[in-house]
Amino acid sequence: MFYREAGDFKTSYRDDSQTFPIWFDRWRYYAVLAVAFGVVPFLINDYWANAVFVPFLIYAIAAIGLNILVGYCGQVSLGTGGFMAVGAYACYKLMTSFPEVSMLIHVLLAGGITAGVGVLFGLPSLRIKGFYLAVATLAAQFFLVWLFNKVPWFYNYSASGQISAPERTFLGHFITGANTTASAKYLFCLVILVILAWFARNLTRGSVGRKWMAIRDMDIAAEIIGVNPLTTKLSAFAVSSFFVGVAGALFFSVYLGAVEVGEVFGIQKSFLILFMIIIGGLGSIFGSFAGAAFLVLLPVLLKNVLVGQLGWATDIAAHLELMIVGALIVIFLIAEPHGMAQLWRLAKEKLRLWPFPH
Amino acid sequence: MKLRFAALAAAALAVATPAMAELVFPSLSYRTGPYAPNGIPYADGFADYMTLLNERDGGVGGEKITVPECETAYNTEKGVECYEATKGSGALAYNPLSTGITYQLIPKVTADGISLYTPGYGRTSASNGTVFSNVFNYPANYWDGASVIVKHLLDINGGSLEGKTLALVYHNSAYGKEPIRTLQELSKKHGFAFTEIPVDHPGQEQKSQWLQIRRDKPDFVLMWGWGVMNAVAIQEAVNIRFPMENLIGVWWSGSENDAIPAGDGANGYKAISFHGTGSAYPVYDDMKKYVIDAGKAAGDGSNVGTMLYSRGMYAAMVLTEAARKAQELSGVSAINAAQMRDGMEALDLTEARLAELGLPNFAQPIQASCADHGGPGSAVVFQWDAATKDWNAITDYIVSDADVIDPLIVEDSAAFAAENNIPARCN
Repeated sequence: MFYREAGDFKTSYRDDSQTFPIWFDRWRYYAVLAVAFGVVPFLINDYWANAVFVPFLIYAIAAIGLNILVGYCGQVSLGTGGFMAVGAYACYKLMTSFPEVSMLIHVLLAGGITAGVGVLFGLPSLRIKGFYLAVATLAAQFFLVWLFNKVPWFYNYSASGQISAPERTFLGHFITGANTTASAKYLFCLVILVILAWFARNLTRGSVGRKWMAIRDMDIAAEIIGVNPLTTKLSAFAVSSFFVGVAGALFFSVYLGAVEVGEVFGIQKSFLILFMIIIGGLGSIFGSFAGAAFLVLLPVLLKNVLVGQLGWATDIAAHLELMIVGALIVIFLIAEPHGMAQLWRLAKEKLRLWPFPH
Repeated sequence: MKLRFAALAAAALAVATPAMAELVFPSLSYRTGPYAPNGIPYADGFADYMTLLNERDGGVGGEKITVPECETAYNTEKGVECYEATKGSGALAYNPLSTGITYQLIPKVTADGISLYTPGYGRTSASNGTVFSNVFNYPANYWDGASVIVKHLLDINGGSLEGKTLALVYHNSAYGKEPIRTLQELSKKHGFAFTEIPVDHPGQEQKSQWLQIRRDKPDFVLMWGWGVMNAVAIQEAVNIRFPMENLIGVWWSGSENDAIPAGDGANGYKAISFHGTGSAYPVYDDMKKYVIDAGKAAGDGSNVGTMLYSRGMYAAMVLTEAARKAQELSGVSAINAAQMRDGMEALDLTEARLAELGLPNFAQPIQASCADHGGPGSAVVFQWDAATKDWNAITDYIVSDADVIDPLIVEDSAAFAAENNIPARCN
């Protein structure tokens, strides 16, 4: 009824190829943006920022980054945690070396440094693929974590090997440190996410994204039709690592404020983000958001319901939470192996015909 | 879907917030994950002592105590969530039992004006009150622990460690790395060789580390372990037939749960502690009457009187004594976080007061001040008796080497102050 193409005539190629060709979809997108920018910052408090929104936004950036590599280019990576650590430590070194520089520049530079490291670890992808590449990126994960633990220069020779974010600003507002307001944190992450997601979406619609997908679908055929595997694979690694590096930098500086590399950026982080994109949907920007929301928000919701509302013991609730989230992942993937993005796609197909399916 | 979620979570939050008139001490505990064997007894001890005060005395100064518990699983992200979820409930002081979470909370509690109490863990240089206004780590910190162990080794080696080798087996995290700087200084001072052997989280696999120890044959092995790592390390030491009396753990590596799995082989293992243990203290008569027999004990009640249970109880006791002091200073019983902080800073815990609480000779007296948030810095060496499953004190309280530690604390806290533009207090 609302969600339909009928009567929505396009009069130019530009209109025809826009990201949201359906009127209702487009306005829903603008409405979400308007709420995110115009309503949430005024209502948000410390709890909602630190426990819900900021982790969700940051994980969404990381998930989009990994989705570019795994979902669009077909290169399996288990090194996400290690690359996030590169972003975090790069950001820390930049923040402490150049205190007067704006936080946004630090975050973007940290992403750039991670992109370089990502390209380096992406080199094996030219010779190996599938599970073998997963093992090579796993080596990157362990090597990077070991490196940041081992070399004191990375943590400025602090006694504990822990890095702590000092207070830094963007346009005169605190972005890191304890005196940051909830809305500043939220808006800073939101702006970066929106820009990066817009960039990723358009990248995947253009020639670069088509090359990635050609390599993913069949690399030999892609090579025959003129896609250069070297530049295509390495560009996927670079863009993906840039996103992941930005996420790592935000994770350390804005969200946590103090980080211990083995605990925060260990192998379980790589798996968590991989699960996000598998549950959300490989090769879908919306899927990255859905997956991040599912794995970040559901545990918090379950905890609040089981402990806060039902008053259960914290350990029972924690165990149950693992079981419920695990069971839901299995159920979701049995019901729809292509993830939540596919569910959403099917829902939209049905909505087009609703309420007269025949 | 998002809206419905938001409404549900908001409702959950609203219900979770307790009444403001009580004394709120949130317990960021961990009863799940690889650190649960150590997290459970501590959380039980903390909760049981608070329950005892509520049941027997009606709280502190007539104010009931509430202990909202929040599961962190020793994970920093969940720690942040727990802090944000509980801080709005009028929380007076936090005690997260995790060095990683402590590092995150130090700037947050300072900005929010809440106290952070980290007995024997957290950031060592927080004992310098001139820089860390809201963090307290009396009675002892990691560097005290390292120094106490070295002093004990000096005692049993006739006052000299010249030519000896000490190895440190440590959890490769902020917690495990803390003592390294002190041990390096002490090795220079006393002329022993010092090697570092890291064990990665969670520490279930330590074959290569103990192979290295078997090959290098250090005279003494110090251990900074936590969770499953402790039990595995003790078992591995038994397996390579390392003389157990030469293996010495810090207070976090010396619980019953760590030593029992290795069986008789663990006999003679040593660990230090800054308080006594066992259920022979008079306070346990009341504890049995009001808490355990009344069915109000936390957890399954199997940890009463163990080493880490005693430590949880110790933390609860210190916090409630500080609250009492705060009530005395401010003249109101329903104190707020700022008054609690003043109470922490003015804490004067005497032996007479400990005896009055039913804990005679349980711990060292503490006299805090504006600059001194670190306490006496002393600890006792305990030895494990595998036959009776008991920790027996084999020394008196040993005081740490302030000549080595104080300059290190000043240096580290000055670096923190410079990095964060904190002006010096207590002038």
